[in-house]
Amino acid sequence: MPTLIDRSRVREMLQAGAQLVEVLPRREYDEEHLPGAISIPLREMSRTTTSQLDKSRPVIVYCYDYQ
Amino acid sequence: MSSRAAWRLESLGFTSVFFYHPGKLDWVSAGLPVEGTAAGTPNLGTVARRDVVTCRLNDQLSAVKARMAADPTGPCPVVNDQRIVLGLLRSDAIKANGAKTAEEAMISGPVTLRPNVALEEIDRYLTDHKIGHAVVTTSEGELIGLASADDVHRRHAESAAG
Repeated sequence: MPTLIDRSRVREMLQAGAQLVEVLPRREYDEEHLPGAISIPLREMSRTTTSQLDKSRPVIVYCYDYQ
Repeated sequence: MSSRAAWRLESLGFTSVFFYHPGKLDWVSAGLPVEGTAAGTPNLGTVARRDVVTCRLNDQLSAVKARMAADPTGPCPVVNDQRIVLGLLRSDAIKANGAKTAEEAMISGPVTLRPNVALEEIDRYLTDHKIGHAVVTTSEGELIGLASADDVHRRHAESAAG
């Protein structure tokens, strides 16, 4: 079951090697994204687009706000 | 959206999935760095002064006035132990009501703005509403600083001029 986390936990997990994924449209990612994040827009999320992620490491997803 | 994406990843076989629901707005509101083509563009957070004098609800205005001697024209945010903005003391209220407490003289629940607001937008907003200072906070209400309308206007003009 996915787990809700806050900003401080995000920072801790990134330092520990978690992967970060922005799920907003690509244009918004190009303008501004969290350091080290990769772009996989929600509408494009598939086995192919997520193959770049390591299933053995935690994955954190985010969008703009509570939408 | 982020929770749906997290569930989608689980459906694709990922077993350690987390979602940062407050998202990018929360991150930039905290003044943390970002990457991308818009990164580094001056915004309200760039202009906001961090070293502002603050006070607590029970502080006497005479004491606040003394602390603000170095910057008597600005307002004074009223904060709690977590630096959450509870109110705002205007400079004229500080000067006029020395015997009162901050709680008695403050504007309760002042308008606060996030640091990622573009300078063009905030310059227009402060001018249209005749606001002298913007109170800049994180999305949780924690004080980041104050930005004067003059500073916003000057930085916006500099930015627009390239």
